[in-house]
Amino acid sequence: MSLWSRISNAVRGERLNREIDEELQSHIDEAIASGRDPGEARRTFGSMLRQREAAHSIRAVGWLESVLADVRFGWRQLWRNKVASAAAVLSLALGIGSCVAAFRLIDALLWRPLPISGASKLYVLSRKMTGLYGKPAEDSYWATPDFNVMRDAVKDQADLIAISDADRTDITWSTDDDIEKAHVAYVSGNMFPLFGLEPSLGRLLTPADDSGPGQYPYAVLSWDYWNHRFGRDPHVLGRSLHIGDQTFEIIGVGPHDFTGTEKGTVTDVFLPLSMNGYAAQDNATWHRVFLMLRPGAALEPLRQHLTTVNHAFEAQCSTCFSGETQASIDRYLDQKLVFYPAGAGISDLQKDYRRYLGMLGLLVALVLLIACVNVANMMTAQAASRSQEMALRISIGAGRRRLVQLILCQSALLALMASVLGALFAAWSAPFVLSLINPPDNPARLDLPADWRVLGFGFALIVVVVLLLGLLPALRASAVRPVAALKGGEDPHAPRRLMRGAIALQVAFCSLVLFLSSLFVASFERLENRPLGFSTDRLLLLETVAGKGQLPVVWNQTAEALRAVPGIDSVAISRWPLLGRIAINSDISINGAPPGPTPAFFLSVSPGWLSTMKIPLVSGRDFRAADAAPGAAIVNETFVRTFFPGQDPIGRTFERPANRYLRADGHGQYKIVGVTPDVPYRELREPNRAVFYVPFAEIDYISAPETVDWATFTIHTEAKDPVVLANSLRQLIAQRHNGLRVSNITTQLDLVRDQTIRERLIAMLAAFFGAVALLLAGIGLYAVLNYSVLQRGREIGIRMAIGSTRAGIVRLVTFDVFLMIALGGCAGVALGFGAARTVESLFYQVKATDADMLALPACAILLTALVATLPAVFRALRTDPTEILRAE
Amino acid sequence: MAKTDSLQGSLDLLVLKILSRRPRLHGYAIMAAIAATSGEVLRAEEGSLYPALYRMEEAGWIRAEWIKKDTGRRARVYELTAAGKKQLGAEESRWQAVSLAINRVLREA
Repeated sequence: MSLWSRISNAVRGERLNREIDEELQSHIDEAIASGRDPGEARRTFGSMLRQREAAHSIRAVGWLESVLADVRFGWRQLWRNKVASAAAVLSLALGIGSCVAAFRLIDALLWRPLPISGASKLYVLSRKMTGLYGKPAEDSYWATPDFNVMRDAVKDQADLIAISDADRTDITWSTDDDIEKAHVAYVSGNMFPLFGLEPSLGRLLTPADDSGPGQYPYAVLSWDYWNHRFGRDPHVLGRSLHIGDQTFEIIGVGPHDFTGTEKGTVTDVFLPLSMNGYAAQDNATWHRVFLMLRPGAALEPLRQHLTTVNHAFEAQCSTCFSGETQASIDRYLDQKLVFYPAGAGISDLQKDYRRYLGMLGLLVALVLLIACVNVANMMTAQAASRSQEMALRISIGAGRRRLVQLILCQSALLALMASVLGALFAAWSAPFVLSLINPPDNPARLDLPADWRVLGFGFALIVVVVLLLGLLPALRASAVRPVAALKGGEDPHAPRRLMRGAIALQVAFCSLVLFLSSLFVASFERLENRPLGFSTDRLLLLETVAGKGQLPVVWNQTAEALRAVPGIDSVAISRWPLLGRIAINSDISINGAPPGPTPAFFLSVSPGWLSTMKIPLVSGRDFRAADAAPGAAIVNETFVRTFFPGQDPIGRTFERPANRYLRADGHGQYKIVGVTPDVPYRELREPNRAVFYVPFAEIDYISAPETVDWATFTIHTEAKDPVVLANSLRQLIAQRHNGLRVSNITTQLDLVRDQTIRERLIAMLAAFFGAVALLLAGIGLYAVLNYSVLQRGREIGIRMAIGSTRAGIVRLVTFDVFLMIALGGCAGVALGFGAARTVESLFYQVKATDADMLALPACAILLTALVATLPAVFRALRTDPTEILRAE
Repeated sequence: MAKTDSLQGSLDLLVLKILSRRPRLHGYAIMAAIAATSGEVLRAEEGSLYPALYRMEEAGWIRAEWIKKDTGRRARVYELTAAGKKQLGAEESRWQAVSLAINRVLREA
């Protein structure tokens, strides 16, 4: 209570003084009333002022009072330079807000532990090896039988948990409903208990639910899915969920905050591992394996043990290496297990964005630094113009500490105002950037809470900013030597030297930002403008599923029905679209020879697919209705270069050793009927691969047609926007009741755009921060030059009076600054080279040493510098010597 | 005549004792009471009385309140708090012990 009263007394200092005065006065009145001599009564108190000060210091917290006074004084200083202060607050707010937003994204995706018990003891298993094709590879997906033997082998020291990625899956809630998409993950039954999770409703999966293949069709919903799909309806328990031809019963809802282990994706439905058909296959590596360390167990012996167990499993796996040479099998079996900490979850999004986010963090930190330098410069200039005031304060007894406090208060005031605005900016921008991370129909989802982690970071940032802003000017101001300053000019160049150094620093940061930005923007542009070799115009893609499968004739009839719809130019079928991120490779053997080291990728397409995609034929012909796979093949030019160098490929044959239907009489061989140019197959960024197209209609070894359970209709429409037809086509397919249903609608253009999302995002952000950095550096330059011309008015006046030329004056004013810009620019680019080398793989066909990558930032900075210096130069040239000299 | 300096250590004790007997006194009245009850031997100077009052107020031993006097002026009157009563007890017994000890020294020297 007493501390509180002293604090409140500090806040209302004036009133306290009045009260003290009143009490002392009433004492004097009493004394006089009781007959004392008025003069003597007054004298007993001595100096009234001293009495009051002594009383005041007892009743109020002294330092708080002085801080308050400094804050008031600082506020008045800021208010006097409204425009400069507003600019300072805005630029700091942008810097702080961007940093906090970047931190929120990086923290949420990469650092924040999963809401489970024992997150710090959770690891994920991966294996390093030489891939089947001789390149070093790392695989973090495992086969379930392999997982089972590993789990049993180490069950005393650690628990192994299998979790599949949460794939976007077609589900239906009753057989008549439309297909919906949900993120479905298969998990081993021990996951929920080991993670210490409790159900919000019903029960969670247990090891018993995962004890036999296909026997426990139970599903657990995530709380998030239960909330947005069912509005937290408790009657969801017992409902049926259909996936393909399987039916699952909902048995419970997971805890409120658990959304799976895959950061960036919210798992909607958890199913038992053993309910997936792959779980019984020795050679299907399809889920991740996590390891929860038991207390007292050590990692390294575990790792060695598991490596042995895994090796034994792989070595006896009979189905894993059909058609491989013993040498390549031995090479493959030489695997080394590695553990990675997985307490913050594991996802492809983390892998894809780790370095992009790192770059983003670097850019925003630099922008904040530039803003800080700007504001520190502003404060140095103000402090310099207040050097007489500081000298006066020191000479009447102000301590250095008090002066430092005075300036730090002012910078804290700026930083606090900026951080309020910055918090608003961060609250908006972090979710905004997150929404741009993935394709719009499957956005990345992350929890972005504003909890103590974010607040702590924000607070630390503010402290750093306050110190950056205030410390230098404060130390300078407090180092003022009163005698010299009051005499009117102690080393007038000192603050300018400091500010020139700041300019160099600022230009260095700015050119670093611009350099990196230009690399990212150029990468994006080159990727975006990469020649595709096929058309993306008016191409609608209907990804269609057919339950257990339908014969090619059914698919062809459906395509025929689509062709009859008005507004449709052509319809073709492929198993999956180009750039759809699906790729399947196959070994190629020529004339029965063992397969070479390079695999080829393939795609099944119907006749007319090439012309619908506007992919020309270099030679040969397109598929005909009678062609089937195996049988005919169309290959691309890289395929020809790889397997038939220098030969005419038309009419030549090759085989796929993995083909079950290969017969000695040549059935199962592929005969090349056509050659096409190279087109990107799975990703825009990858080099051209050997690709062969095979007919959509597949036959088995007695030439009977095989069923197809999913494929994509490729539809060229007359209308500019192909999506307008999508819904009527989807209904048309459903109404045919032949088992075919559209599961996903997209366009070829969207698939191409989805390929460049990361590059677009980083290019956009880099360009934005580049522009901000340039603007801030320009403002900083202008302010410094302007201040310097004002300070040197006397000198310029004298030089003019004694006959200096205008060119001489311009040189005098700008020489130093441009020297600093050159120095800073070089330093920035040198830093840029270093930074660019660490992220080289993020660039596409762009190298840090490209001349235009250097020219662009250099030109931008020079141009900005010119614009920023012009006003100061004009001011210098307009100096009227007589006026200046008279004023002095 | 004992002047203020000799009161240094015991001013708090005197003020607390006066206030425990006669609550709600203002500063002048406390000073007058000290003078009157000590037979004009002890005198608290204004210069040390008020700082002592404020210190004890912040320590929570006494609390103050503004009242309107008959003359129309306001006066700040003080009274003992519970913590002040305890403090008074402690200070009194300390004083007794000290003066006993001093007396013994005087007798034996």
